[in-house]
Amino acid sequence: MALIDDVDFGTPARPSAATVTLLIDGAPVTVPEGTSIMRAAQEVSRPIPKLCATDKLEPFGSCRMCLVEIEGVRGTPASCTTPVREGMNVTTQNARLERIRKGVMELYISDHPLDCLTCAANGDCELQDTAGEVGLREVRYGMDGANHFDAQVKDPIDVSNPYFQFEPSKCIACSRCVRACDEVQGTLALTLEGRGFASKISAGLEMDDFFSSECVSCGACVQACPTATLMEKSVVDHGVPTRSVETTCAYCGVGCSFKAELKGSEVVRMVPSKSGGANEGHSCVKGRFAWGYASHKDRITTPMVRESATDPWRKASWDEAIDFIATRFKDIQARHGKGAIGGITSSRCTNEEVYVVQKMIRAAFGNNNVDTCARVCHSPTGYGLKTTFGTSAGTQNFKSVEQADVILLIGANPTDGHPVFASRMKRRLRRGAKIIVVDPRRIDLVRTPHIEAAHHVPLRPGTNVAVMNAFAHTIVTEGLVDEAFVAQRCDMVEFERWRSFVSEPENAPEALAEKVGVDAETLRAAARTFAAAPNGAIYYGLGVTEHSQGSTMVMCMANLAMATGNIGREGVGVNPLRGQNNVQGSCDMGSFPHELPGYRHISDADTRALFEGDWGVHLHDQPGLRIPNMLDAAMDGSFRGIFVQGEDIAQSDPNTKHVQAALAAMDCVVVQDLFLNETAAHAHVFLPGTSFLEKDGTFTNAERRINRVRPVMAEKSGLSEWETVCRVARAMGYPMHYDHPSQIMDEIARLTPSFAGVSFARLDRDGSLQWPVNDAHPDGAPIMHVDGFVRGKGRFMITRYVPTEERSNRHFPLILTTGRILSQYNVGQQTRRTANSLWHPEDVLEIHPHDAEERGIVDGDPVSINSRVGATTLHARISDRMAPGVVYTTFHHPLSGANVITTEFSDWATNCPEYKVTAVQVNKSNLPSDWQAHREEFVAEHYRVTEPAE
Amino acid sequence: MGVVVYVPKDSASLSVGADGVAAAIQLEAVARGVEVTLKRNGSRGLFWLEPLVEVETTEGRVAYGPVSAADVPGLFEAGFLSGGDHALAHGPTDSIPYLKNQERLTFARMGVIEPLDLRAYQATGGLTGLMKAAGMAPEAIVAEVTESGLRGRGGAGFPTGIKWKTVGEQPEPQKYICCNADEGDSGTFADRMIMEGDPFALIEGMAIAGLAVGATEGYVYIRSEYPHAIATMKAAIGLMRAAGYLGADVAGSGKAFELHVRRGAGAYICGEESSMLESLEGKRGMVRAKPPIPAIAGLFGKPTVVNNVLSLAAVPTILAKGAAFYQDFGVGRSRGTQAFQLAGNIKHGGLVEKAFGLTLRELVEGFGGGTATGRPFRTAQLGGPLGAYVDDDMLDIEMDYESLAAAKAMLGHGGIVVFDDSVDMAQMARFAFEFCEIESCGKCTPCRVGAVRGKETVEKILAGREVAKNIALVEDLCEVMTDGSLCAMGGLTPMPVLSAMRLFPEDFDRAPAQAAE
Repeated sequence: MALIDDVDFGTPARPSAATVTLLIDGAPVTVPEGTSIMRAAQEVSRPIPKLCATDKLEPFGSCRMCLVEIEGVRGTPASCTTPVREGMNVTTQNARLERIRKGVMELYISDHPLDCLTCAANGDCELQDTAGEVGLREVRYGMDGANHFDAQVKDPIDVSNPYFQFEPSKCIACSRCVRACDEVQGTLALTLEGRGFASKISAGLEMDDFFSSECVSCGACVQACPTATLMEKSVVDHGVPTRSVETTCAYCGVGCSFKAELKGSEVVRMVPSKSGGANEGHSCVKGRFAWGYASHKDRITTPMVRESATDPWRKASWDEAIDFIATRFKDIQARHGKGAIGGITSSRCTNEEVYVVQKMIRAAFGNNNVDTCARVCHSPTGYGLKTTFGTSAGTQNFKSVEQADVILLIGANPTDGHPVFASRMKRRLRRGAKIIVVDPRRIDLVRTPHIEAAHHVPLRPGTNVAVMNAFAHTIVTEGLVDEAFVAQRCDMVEFERWRSFVSEPENAPEALAEKVGVDAETLRAAARTFAAAPNGAIYYGLGVTEHSQGSTMVMCMANLAMATGNIGREGVGVNPLRGQNNVQGSCDMGSFPHELPGYRHISDADTRALFEGDWGVHLHDQPGLRIPNMLDAAMDGSFRGIFVQGEDIAQSDPNTKHVQAALAAMDCVVVQDLFLNETAAHAHVFLPGTSFLEKDGTFTNAERRINRVRPVMAEKSGLSEWETVCRVARAMGYPMHYDHPSQIMDEIARLTPSFAGVSFARLDRDGSLQWPVNDAHPDGAPIMHVDGFVRGKGRFMITRYVPTEERSNRHFPLILTTGRILSQYNVGQQTRRTANSLWHPEDVLEIHPHDAEERGIVDGDPVSINSRVGATTLHARISDRMAPGVVYTTFHHPLSGANVITTEFSDWATNCPEYKVTAVQVNKSNLPSDWQAHREEFVAEHYRVTEPAE
Repeated sequence: MGVVVYVPKDSASLSVGADGVAAAIQLEAVARGVEVTLKRNGSRGLFWLEPLVEVETTEGRVAYGPVSAADVPGLFEAGFLSGGDHALAHGPTDSIPYLKNQERLTFARMGVIEPLDLRAYQATGGLTGLMKAAGMAPEAIVAEVTESGLRGRGGAGFPTGIKWKTVGEQPEPQKYICCNADEGDSGTFADRMIMEGDPFALIEGMAIAGLAVGATEGYVYIRSEYPHAIATMKAAIGLMRAAGYLGADVAGSGKAFELHVRRGAGAYICGEESSMLESLEGKRGMVRAKPPIPAIAGLFGKPTVVNNVLSLAAVPTILAKGAAFYQDFGVGRSRGTQAFQLAGNIKHGGLVEKAFGLTLRELVEGFGGGTATGRPFRTAQLGGPLGAYVDDDMLDIEMDYESLAAAKAMLGHGGIVVFDDSVDMAQMARFAFEFCEIESCGKCTPCRVGAVRGKETVEKILAGREVAKNIALVEDLCEVMTDGSLCAMGGLTPMPVLSAMRLFPEDFDRAPAQAAE
């Protein structure tokens, strides 16, 4: 449970237009039909004692504390499981009910250790509170009967999970944990074992503990537990928190709302907020538990400078560091021109922090050489959706999936990458929706407890567009197009052109089956299933965008959604699952070289004039350099200085050796980050950044939801990131000043129509807003394109399949594709500094048994992976999740060097790298690759810090 | 063809050597060069006479029993194949008073035919009800059952027709018929007898239920301890399907009904209807909170008829002979007949089907012949392990739902377990809690913890520790369990406890000295 400011209504809300009026202890109350008596009673502040009920879970009726009397009804029904009826007259307290409640509580306490004073839940225990409420004064059975707490009988505390413990002797068998694992998370790791008095909670099989079980450590069970049975170790160690701050998780693009529960400025635990629009009280192992990196000893909290990247670091004052940057940058511009410097914004930082960086570059640097890490993930999403629909964003809110009938999931693995949304999706699937999985790997959602995909399309990496064209061909030629929708909502000229294109025989499933590696009938069947859905929703991830035809593929999906009429209402849409907490926001904030905030092209004179007027500068009218252009320009000497805000391009961008060479060629590399990351090895200035626990601002998640990020502690570096950037800008000669981050948002709102109605005050009042927020959508827009597309008529685009140039051949016969895992996050700078590494201590290479056997590889063998650009060595994991011919790895550990082997191929429209397709050869090897051997030496050399002389 | 000899093959007869007797008869016949046709029928329900061997004679079937394999040569010697006299002879079977004095409607065919002889089933009136139902409107079938006054024979006594009507009215297209054959009450065996001795009757009843409510699928949940019943039911379903009485077109009605057998999970609680549904769904047998009732959201969340074997097996007779015929039996609001099962310390244990309204004395002393030990009767537990105990003074109570309820007892599934005067009722009270402790599903607190504390507190009473205080505590606990439990398991455990304390207070008045002995 969450400790602070949280009313538990006992049972979930039942949205219904019809209402019922009843009397509770004489007080009239009107609630939606289907509401429980318990919830109705709480609505009129007549809380009924309860232990097994909580409003995140369906009513269960096991504790029997909540019994009530109802006039004209026999017996004492449980108020949690009894729905209200018109005219009901309910009594929640009388002598008989008091006797029963005391009697039940007496039974509970007769099997509960009486160590309240030293118990971790002391002060935060529903059993304790309820015993007080019912007035239990004596346990007449004595404490010497059969029990679960005596030293001789009690089960040991399970401390196997790094973040929480399980103390069975305190369990009251309410099943809230089991139900949370089932209903909220959908993993079904927990069960009740034994029956009657011997019933006990068990994670997995009898020989399992929590760590070895299927448990994914989402924390839902811990949150659901009413006692100290499942308890965060941080609370066990430090006691219950005393205050809380509502904020937003800084990991993936789901953007979960959390209560940071604190003592003083120390975080005791993070508890997901029930009022959070994105997560509605759920969480995953990262957001819930993996926040300890914020106070990790590796954090750098003082600015550091050095003349050359081969020198040791020297600690410096803020003024000295900023002066160093300004001097060098100005010097570079003087010698090589204004365009010789630039910067990269971070999708991990707040909207306000990103906004000031791009403003600094455009206004103080005087060029448009700004790009963002979305370049390497979702830039094709922006391009594709803007071209077809008119907006660079997903069309739905997360809740929309609850109305979907068929979910088409392409190139995304939500149970690992977007776990909280995956739980929502799994809930919907278990209630009967179908899922079609298009992914080369047999991801969990292909088959997981109580879920089985209607179709799995295990395509060859790189053939997404072919699959979509086969779908479109099937739909068009079999008469499955939603003609009415298309006629009303789309540009018919473009549609007819598209119709004849996809009807071409070369787009028939039969023609494409061999290229895709999936039989035509499967492709047709999947297409029919999607087309037949009353509500068909498309969800996708980087398996769509990180290809040479990434933008084409996004347009394919938009075409498909329009052709089947699946846009503009709940349960449908085209939905990118964004990788980073603020990747949507960083794009919204004008981080691309060609776009000002709000996706307005830099060449547009009116928009430029608006900004020029507000900023008091002249803006260059041509797009600046993209990241790969900057790196290439560095190699030819024309680009010599870069400001990198919270991004580790030396680990995350493709072809690591090329990135490293480019950085080494520059005169001034500035890195603003929490840790000395891989990029910082090449830096001249290191500016200490702030963790999300220190930030004051906003993040925008994948559903365009703007959430507040609130500081729970002062900046460890003493300076906010936005102020740091303002100071750099001022030192460069451009006056940029804000007293408070809310003023930055006010400026954004002033200059960006889709943010017109956004302010900190409004967000603090409403919790969150989904842009656009303006006169047309005063309260935001959970669903987009409702009455018409933002661009007017929906635009069908021709999407011819062009195979990637990266192909397997005799020398590189396998295709390597990459992805993420639940416990680690991207380059791992944060999660590797938490106990999450216990689940994933290293990246491994997944390989199909046939491919392994051919090479004499057994599970656990070190293997070398060679592409035409580089090589690395990992341990092999033999897995039939992979199709033969395809191998897979994650990229969370720098030493893995996953990007040492990825190539420079990229999306034709946006330069998003083709991470998902690299032709490789795999061989047994017991040596680190040359790059790996070199890295250790290099890191030791480049991370040295000189302590100041006494 | 030779002489037809019947040797039962139901579990009760098998347990006392029926197979050995059957083999001995065949061997002896061969040795003597006599032609004998052996038929394996179900039990007639006269258990003290099992194995009860019957011989088809010109005067009808004559009975011998209990027959052991060793008795067989003697029987041949005595000319039993032509009804010859013998020490084990009982004359014509139908004239045995225990059988003759019954009113067998549901069990009319029991022990008469071979269980899997569909032709014999039909020849003895089987399938008439189903053929009739196949030509009736669903509402008319439901009305017939409602008018018959049939109430749930599993113990709750809920009107069967009303339950069917509720299911029939649900808009959901998929509905189910589930037969609760997890017969777990101590001293009961009527369900098993039907499934082993006359399985077509149950299947016919379920098919009629399917037609009545529009269900296309049914499940029979049979307790795992009944392997013979499971085998017989499976075979019978196969035969019915092959003959067109199950499957896509039931008895030419144009409507489908499929039937499946599921083996129980081996827990008493799985006989509680909602736990049974959970178990049928493949989950742990755990009680569901109501509402919703199964008639609205039952198996896999769909509208479901859950009926006991005896309720469903009564239906073919109601359809075949009409509601009025069935309604004519019984008293007050308890219409029709009840299968009473006499067990425990009783001389003539077995099945007695009689119209409601006879007295307990008629059953225990009349049919049952008093205790098996010959010692004085002290008590009987009615309606299974959660039922009340009765004393001498209550023997004239009429056996129907309302009279029993007025006497703070219940009919349950019709089990009657008799005890003589050597019984210690405080031990029985302890056992009631212990049974609940062992069989509780563990979901609700009053049952899960209450049963344990109840047992411990009665043990304190047995030991003479603070007797008055602990008796008061047991009474308080019983209120919490009765009012607070989620299902009848915890809710009815107080019934045997409180009845024992009320009727036999002397057994609870333990002196501390007694404990020291």
